[in-house]
Amino acid sequence: MLTTTDLTVGYGDTPILRDVSLTVDDGEIVGIVGKNGAGKTTLMKALIGLLDPIDGSVTYDGTEITDWAADERARAGVGYIPQSRDVFPDLTVEQNLLVAEGVNADAEDLLYGTVYDYFPILEERASQKAGTMSGGQQQMLAIARALVGNPDLLLLDEPSEGIQPSIVQQITEDIPSINEELGTTILFVEQNLGVIQGMAERCYAIERGTIVDELGADRLADDGALAEFIAV
Amino acid sequence: MVNVVNLLFQFLDSFAFIVLAAIGLAIIFGMMGVINLAHGEFIMVGAYGTTLAYNAGAPLLLSIPVGVLATTVMGLVLERSVVRRLYDRPLDSMVATFALGLALTQLTRIVFGNSLSSIGIPLGSVQYGQFSYSMYRVLLSSVALAVLAAAYVVFTRTEFGIRARATIQDADTASAMGVETDRMYTVTFGIGSALAGLTGALYAPTMSIVPGMGSSFLVEAFVAVVTGGASVLLGTTLAGGGLGLVNALFSNVYGTFIGQIALLFVAVLILRFLPNGLSGAVEGVRERMERENT
Repeated sequence: MLTTTDLTVGYGDTPILRDVSLTVDDGEIVGIVGKNGAGKTTLMKALIGLLDPIDGSVTYDGTEITDWAADERARAGVGYIPQSRDVFPDLTVEQNLLVAEGVNADAEDLLYGTVYDYFPILEERASQKAGTMSGGQQQMLAIARALVGNPDLLLLDEPSEGIQPSIVQQITEDIPSINEELGTTILFVEQNLGVIQGMAERCYAIERGTIVDELGADRLADDGALAEFIAV
Repeated sequence: MVNVVNLLFQFLDSFAFIVLAAIGLAIIFGMMGVINLAHGEFIMVGAYGTTLAYNAGAPLLLSIPVGVLATTVMGLVLERSVVRRLYDRPLDSMVATFALGLALTQLTRIVFGNSLSSIGIPLGSVQYGQFSYSMYRVLLSSVALAVLAAAYVVFTRTEFGIRARATIQDADTASAMGVETDRMYTVTFGIGSALAGLTGALYAPTMSIVPGMGSSFLVEAFVAVVTGGASVLLGTTLAGGGLGLVNALFSNVYGTFIGQIALLFVAVLILRFLPNGLSGAVEGVRERMERENT
């Protein structure tokens, strides 16, 4: 579904990621783990098209999309949940969801029913401005917003960051459930050991902008092996 | 009683002038962050388009859309060629649009001379006591309300408006949600330009049509936008109502010069005590209430 080949990305001419090659297959849940400043968010921004690569390529669903803008990638079926959630604060919950209806132009149905089933509080607060909601509720809205257009691939940037433990637990259960129910392929970056182990089928480890290891299910279950890449 | 009626007419006149002068600027500045110092010249182009069409034999009702269309096309061309390079660069946008304004004024002077034959105020007037009121200027206050209502519907009740507001709040995230942000900026700038053109077209029959006429709208427009605050439509409505009332009240008692001074003085007081503007104060109260209820 998604492949990067020797992807080098940075700000200006300064590379942050160097020669990143990874593959995510249809229906997988794949994690990217790494310490602060390793380049995880830069990778996510490059994959959704908010940062232009210096070198290398990105292929999605068999089509090279390296030069595609973010809105083109979204309409092709890539959903995105930014690290700091970035809900539109002055829009209501309902309006936030409406903005994202254009994700995956090929999808036949919008998933309002599904996202309200997963996050019923959003239906209750449909007319509330997003900026007045708690961090956890904003994270639910960010996930719902990325899902409502029925994307084929979902990119999540640190879904547990700054969220209270009960909601982190809910998200850790909901994401695999969404993957199973809707068949959505998921690529996420994370530093929370419990979230990684609860969601990922396999993981890439990233250090100083380079992929240094790939962890399968057996090593993911080993706290020590995983902690090596996420300890701050 | 006569004085109250006179005050009401003056209030409606001031309200219409402030709202119509400010609305195009409010959308371009408030929603896109572009400080359009050529706003007065956009209004001038609307007035010229209308007057030229009228002088060529078109009825006024047809001439007004000609002025609006001319300004919209000019706005879209300038957005594509100049303004889009200046988003998120407020100081650069000020310099560039100031230069555009100067160029437009001088170009108009070169092409059309120092003035055009005026249209004349239509619809006659109504007499009340010792005062006489232009029906056309009374009509303009209804148009100002209609423009505010239409802008409200477009930016809060339509998919385009909601996506445009999302783009203004966070263009990167909107883009990652599939919104064509470039198109949103272009259309929003086009709407702002069209509204500036509408203002020029509507006021063309009431003014001398000269290349520098746009400057007579600038003070009210900028004062209304700045005192109105971040919420474009609410701010413009509150500023139009509040400043219009102050202007009408003091103009009625002490004359138009003092009315203008009072308007500026109240604007300073608003900015001193409500740094987020009138709409910022109202929104702050509303958000506090929303948080308390959740």
